[in-house]
Amino acid sequence: MVAYFTEIYNGLVSLLVGMGITFKEFFKPTVTVAYPYETLTMCARYRGHIELVPDDEGNPRCVVCGLCEKACPSNCISLGGEKPEGGKKKVLTSYVLDFTRCSLCGSCVEACTFGAIDFSKEYNLASRRKEDFIFDLYKRLEERRP
Amino acid sequence: MNAPIELRADETFVLNVGPQHPATHGVLRVKMEMHGEYIVNAETVIGYIHRMHEKMGELKTYPQFLMNLSRMDYLGALGYSHAHVLVVEKASGIVVPERAEYIRAIMVELNRIASHLFWFGAFVMDLGGFSPLMYALQDREHILDMLEAVTGSRLTYCYFRFGGLYNDVDDDFIAAARRFVPRMRKSLKKYRRLVTDNVIFRKRLEGIAPLSKEICRKYGASSAVARGSGINFDVRKNEPYSVYPQFDFDIPVYPQGDSLARYMVRMDEIEQSLRIVEQGLDKLPGGPIMPEKKPKLIKPPPGDYYQAVETARGSFGVRLVSDGGKTPYRLKLRSPTYSNMHLFDEACRGMMIMDALAFMGSLDLVIPEIDR
Repeated sequence: MVAYFTEIYNGLVSLLVGMGITFKEFFKPTVTVAYPYETLTMCARYRGHIELVPDDEGNPRCVVCGLCEKACPSNCISLGGEKPEGGKKKVLTSYVLDFTRCSLCGSCVEACTFGAIDFSKEYNLASRRKEDFIFDLYKRLEERRP
Repeated sequence: MNAPIELRADETFVLNVGPQHPATHGVLRVKMEMHGEYIVNAETVIGYIHRMHEKMGELKTYPQFLMNLSRMDYLGALGYSHAHVLVVEKASGIVVPERAEYIRAIMVELNRIASHLFWFGAFVMDLGGFSPLMYALQDREHILDMLEAVTGSRLTYCYFRFGGLYNDVDDDFIAAARRFVPRMRKSLKKYRRLVTDNVIFRKRLEGIAPLSKEICRKYGASSAVARGSGINFDVRKNEPYSVYPQFDFDIPVYPQGDSLARYMVRMDEIEQSLRIVEQGLDKLPGGPIMPEKKPKLIKPPPGDYYQAVETARGSFGVRLVSDGGKTPYRLKLRSPTYSNMHLFDEACRGMMIMDALAFMGSLDLVIPEIDR
């Protein structure tokens, strides 16, 4: 009989303690952000999909060595380059990233010895079409050119 | 017309739980033969998310396989990468700078806390309490922010490299980690009052699903499943690796073997991980994070190598058989949850279904890690 009432008493106490904690939490400031109306800035080292880095004149720094192509575990990068008439070095003509297969490991950025590719800060990527994730990075660089 | 169906006294029916079920936390299917509310027989069916990670390991070169490890267990990803880099370093004789090893240990422990916090929230939600999940996720978010600032990603990190690390930690990270430790200790007290001492919670776990030492040994269980049954085994202490011998920490062991014991082991492990993080930050030496002489092409000499680590879910081992080529000849991944889960078939016989689901929650299953 005593055990029965002690159990009820203990149950009530633990119920009140739990409710007290949730009541206190109720008045604490909000920690969440109402995305998409508010957004957070990404940290400096955030790893989004890759983007070509331009040099001072706005041309890609890439020399078409193909190291990133080889380093990629999922073969998402395909490069195109040609030697211009009279020129010595190869010039980039297309840089296609198949983002549907990319797992953002960053091997390509590490493999690049010229600092020609870097991570973007983009994370709002959503689409119903697969083609939207096959990025032509060279074209994107041309569009960004001032 | 609507006459009630007459059931024979010994009649059973089959209940199919999953593969899409909130209580199984992933695509696990359990075929349960039920007698009323009691389980007569259960059979776990796996393989719904099999991705051939071991085969990929044989086809990809060593650096290319690095990022696969974090896709296995998405909650405690760093521990898995740790085993892989350690075995390849052992095989090819790469010496890791001390600073890198310390940072690795701190990161793995932070990741372990994050994993246990998520498990804690999900487990209590399985039992019907929703608020603790929100509080646990809030604490976990602090860890993810810290890890994101250093590694660049929040869940599937690709941070460890053969010989060192991808990025060095900065002062902001160290300050954030130092702020985090006391805050987490305060939260642990809150969880104790809110959940652990709650009468309903204790009644649902105490004495439920007792596992004997024998069954744990029979199935090769590790982590809190084994330690909750009184087996004092932790790879960090029993087969020390990395810089763990430098740290002073305890292995929580509970002899009861019930669901509450497994819960208590994990909650105590959070406290021990906090101690390791604190000591790691105090002892963090300066210096490089990558060795000066690092081979450009990783080609371990022919041989058979094995390295086990203690991840959030138990002892994870990587066996590497090399034939001296650019890719491994065989890469076997021993996943802890695979062994922990197979207990379930035998242990849940005669249990009521609600107790069985609480028991399944206490095993801390991550399905992509079982199927890998």
